[in-house]
Amino acid sequence: MASVTLRALEKRYPDGYHAVRGVSLDIADGEFLVLVGPSGCGKSTTLRMVAGLEEISGGTIRIGDRVVNDVAPGDRDIAMVFQNYALYPHLTVRENMAFGLTMRRMPRPEIDRRVAAAAESLSISHLLTRRPRELSGGQRQRVALGRAIVREPQVFLFDEPLSNLDAKLRVQMRAEIAALHRQLAATVIYVTHDQVEAMTLGQRIALMNHGVVQQVDAPLAIYHRPANRFVASFIGSPTMNFFSGTVSDNAFQVTSGGPRLPLNTAAMPAGPAVLGIRPEDFVASMQGDCVPFATVTLDMAEHLGHETLAHFTLPGGGPAIARLPGDAAAQVGHRVDLAVRRQALHVFAADEDGRRLN
Amino acid sequence: MKEPRSITLVRHAVLLVFVAVSLYPVLNVVSISLRPGNRLRSTDLAIIPADWTVASYVQLFTEQPFLTWLWNSLVVSGLVTLTGVALASTAGYAFSRFRFIGRKATMLAILTTQMFPATMLLLPLYILIARLGLVNTWLGLMIFYTATALPFCVWQMKGFYDTIPPSLEEAARIDGCSRAGAFRHVVLPLATPGLVITALFSFMTAWSEYIVAAQVMQDEAMFTLPLGIKSFQASLSSQWGLYAAASILVSIPVVAVFLALSRYLVNGLTLGSVKE
Ligand SMILES: Nc1ncnc2c1ncn2[C@@H]1O[C@H](COP(=O)(O)OP(=O)(O)OP(=O)(O)O)[C@@H](O)[C@H]1O
Ligand SMILES: [Mg+2]
Repeated sequence: MASVTLRALEKRYPDGYHAVRGVSLDIADGEFLVLVGPSGCGKSTTLRMVAGLEEISGGTIRIGDRVVNDVAPGDRDIAMVFQNYALYPHLTVRENMAFGLTMRRMPRPEIDRRVAAAAESLSISHLLTRRPRELSGGQRQRVALGRAIVREPQVFLFDEPLSNLDAKLRVQMRAEIAALHRQLAATVIYVTHDQVEAMTLGQRIALMNHGVVQQVDAPLAIYHRPANRFVASFIGSPTMNFFSGTVSDNAFQVTSGGPRLPLNTAAMPAGPAVLGIRPEDFVASMQGDCVPFATVTLDMAEHLGHETLAHFTLPGGGPAIARLPGDAAAQVGHRVDLAVRRQALHVFAADEDGRRLN
Repeated sequence: MKEPRSITLVRHAVLLVFVAVSLYPVLNVVSISLRPGNRLRSTDLAIIPADWTVASYVQLFTEQPFLTWLWNSLVVSGLVTLTGVALASTAGYAFSRFRFIGRKATMLAILTTQMFPATMLLLPLYILIARLGLVNTWLGLMIFYTATALPFCVWQMKGFYDTIPPSLEEAARIDGCSRAGAFRHVVLPLATPGLVITALFSFMTAWSEYIVAAQVMQDEAMFTLPLGIKSFQASLSSQWGLYAAASILVSIPVVAVFLALSRYLVNGLTLGSVKE
């Protein structure tokens, strides 16, 4: 196994589009790193550069202690699982899994041993003589995984491997990939745009937007201390509520006569800023560690059973959502006294970058 | 659902008419080839005449240079097929996968050559071949045929490669193949139906062509089969028996090639490899 190091990685496509801008990442030996971000942010491009399928416009990529910028994909000792599986249609499952080993002229008995072992661990032993078109989507995904495993590569690359599966299968495969990682102790770079996958699979998450890495951290650290407004809004569902206002001595004043929330403003410049509160950090009754927020009138209440999503609008502000317990008696038009957990106040700069201030 | 009997009957009647229309000329030629002497017209309705004989066939091989013509045709058609497949499979791949300067222009230029009927190109191409000193040679005819068959074949192969997902090649390259290796181990096997169509088209272009061959091949020893057959039809006395017998023999390799290759013309070979 090996670490992967990206330094100031750049990608400009021939049409001039600047898809990846100065990405630097250190992925430790055996680490599971998830690359997440909205569609078109450059995740796949980054991954494909690591794989060697896309030329690098600038920067360096190291696998272990070898710079692989100009190394052919087949010589990088990596395996990749594609979103569309990319199984060879003219070969059987067995041949698909053995292909990479055959190309490397591995002795036949060793190939057979590895294919059998991988097929066993993925429970696809009974499918070895079939062709890809005779498999279900989930089975194809397993074969694609198997093709990667038998290679015993230094690094596994996944590009949205689960996005073509239905919801139930996705949960199951997610668990299997996590188990696989524990078992192989391999270095993994996993691309997804699904925050649940990112939060559950990743030991660390690298969040990208517009070709730039926004934050790299453990999932809960990203959740609790998002580095900027973009990260804050990307992780969490429903998404974080934002209220503009001003920071002044030890308080945040929401604009147009909104609530005034006590806050340690020692490290913050006074002036306009944006307050972020996650829907789940609102409570409908005052508790010890909370500060009063506002009394709001509900525009809508979505009862989901285990929770109730209460939609409201602050005067002069945009729509916001509070996540209340499932048994909350909230209805449209009801007035609710909302409080907010004291440690759950996120303050961001009011400019475009929206850097975290507290 | 079962269809009414009357519809079934009508359908079969219509199909039988088509069968009759397509079979009649062939059976007629068979019949002529089996008649003794040189009888083109006959009042006899039997397909196999009462006094049938294979004399015409025997004569083709013993008294006529039929075998020489067959050899000429086989060599020219075979080589045209080989060059056609080799060039179309690679050129089509380049047009499908690589983005290079002049790609669009070249593709359009190739297409433009198809706009002119072959007869219109006859004179300039003849002059070309004459200047090259290739009159009466296999090579001269091959150049002509390859040039006329290639544009269609290149476009055809390009269209075929377009349907093969690039991620298959990428997977192969990660699995240790070079670009060429991925082409050989993954793309070519998947493009088999396209290659077969290209091969058939190239072969047919060369095998049954007459007008161009009549210009390039002027020596009887260099005749291809269509020229040879036509030579039986002289202005004063046509040898219809020989003509018919040779026609039958000429069509046999074509049928054989079709039968041999048709099993590769299966559809949906790439089905199930990727999910879009
Ligand atoms: N071959 C190409 N030529 C030009 N631009 C490209 C090319 N491939 C991708 N791009 C652009 O680069 C940007 C990043 O693409 P990329 O595929 O890395 O996105 P992504 O983060 O993987 O998105 P998704 O979640 O939709 O897969 C996109 O805006 C895309 O339009
Ligand atoms: Mg992508």
